Amino acid sequence: MPSRTVLTSGDIDRAITRIAHEIVESNHGTKNLILLGVPTRGVQLAKRIAAVIERHYPEFDASGSVGRLDITMYRDDLSLHPNRPVTETNIPASGIDGGAVVLVDDVLFSGRTIRAALDALNAHGRPSVVRLAVLVDRGHRELPIRADFVGKNLPTSRDERISVNLSETDGENCVVIES
Amino acid sequence: MSQLKHLLSAADLSRDAAIAILDVAEEMAGVNARAIKKLPTLQGKTVVNLFFEDSTRTRISFELAEKRLSADVINFAAKGSSVSKGESLKDTAQTLEAMGADAVVIRHGASGAAQTLAQSGWIDGAIINAGDGTHEHPTQALLDAFTIRRRTHGVGASAGKGLDGIKVVIVGDVLHSRVARSNAILLNTLGAEVHFVAPPTLVPAKPAGIKAQIHYDFDAALAAVKPDAVMMLRIQSERMNASYFPSEREYSRVWGMDSERLAALKPGALLMHPGPMNRGLEITAEAADSPNSTVLEQVSNGVSVRMAVLYTLMATERN
Repeated sequence: MPSRTVLTSGDIDRAITRIAHEIVESNHGTKNLILLGVPTRGVQLAKRIAAVIERHYPEFDASGSVGRLDITMYRDDLSLHPNRPVTETNIPASGIDGGAVVLVDDVLFSGRTIRAALDALNAHGRPSVVRLAVLVDRGHRELPIRADFVGKNLPTSRDERISVNLSETDGENCVVIES
Repeated sequence: MSQLKHLLSAADLSRDAAIAILDVAEEMAGVNARAIKKLPTLQGKTVVNLFFEDSTRTRISFELAEKRLSADVINFAAKGSSVSKGESLKDTAQTLEAMGADAVVIRHGASGAAQTLAQSGWIDGAIINAGDGTHEHPTQALLDAFTIRRRTHGVGASAGKGLDGIKVVIVGDVLHSRVARSNAILLNTLGAEVHFVAPPTLVPAKPAGIKAQIHYDFDAALAAVKPDAVMMLRIQSERMNASYFPSEREYSRVWGMDSERLAALKPGALLMHPGPMNRGLEITAEAADSPNSTVLEQVSNGVSVRMAVLYTLMATERN
């Protein structure tokens, strides 16, 4: 399968740094900011973004503001796919009521994962605002959903596969496109 | 994970499958702890609770689990239904099939009723055994294993773990107890060491398919085994057609859990009972209400575990 690297380790770092600054800018500071990663790789990205924010804004408590939101139970395609493992959901202890929640995922594709995440969020409380940050937006949306913060827009064909590799889960940092 | 269609026996579960269900239950417990205790997972699916035998906690627990997963629930009790007019299990099952039940939770007084329903072809949905005669009660075994695992490894640190090296003593009416059988099978699967303590009249001479040591003296067994969990079984008067022990007072003195035996347990040992308890017979009120007692914990864990079972069996369509 021919593959080519579209984002290198350095590109990913720069994209994360830019997204972190954009998030703080649009929130007018770090007040009430909560980052929720969508498993698996969204969680790692959320942690990295939070670390960058903490480095530049010491008043931001990264460990107390990052969580993970498992969306398996909220998928609309549960009956089409083999049994999916459920993973842990971890909401910061302060809760999300009134907070500025940023959902973080690796690839934005059909938008169905994010729809499920919005439903899952409902069960945990009512944030004052919900935004979406993704490392790669590859198009082909099936729902009226768009990302507020995008690492890279990557026009793809439907049959191509985007694989995001992060050192925490895959041993290296790169985004590869396979066709 | 291999695809599980029905849950009829604790023996249907491999170690990996059992741990996977317990892990899902761990997440379901998280759902049950939050303000909005509802998931949309089984929206549009119908579950029938088919109860031919009386039950309080199992039926309520299943119903709650089904509702928290957004399934449509039909409760069927044999009393007040056409069963009392003489309708057979086959006709009842075919009626449910015609109405489009996606899963049937069945409790029946006859051992093997769930198996019959699953193999008959009368019904297409998933069958969950909620207790069949003196045979099995697999969801009870899962919730007991979940309770032991949570107390042993701690909440939030249990995922992926079995019960290796845990010593469990099961006391009382082993002969008539589907809870004891399912528990022993699942505990074996998960790596725990199983001991039965019972009067010789209430324990099978050679329990088939179960690795367990049999003791006849409760105090000696407690001293020798030093169990991590003691599971008291209910004396099932309704299934006893002969006298298995001289008197209730003697049973209580020799085989019952009282404060003295409770004090002999190692600190933190679990005192379990599947309920309903005969207070004063197999367990004294003092022991039942002690901090070691997990009776109510078992009930709340039951909902999480049954949600996990329903999710595992139903959240996938089979062709």
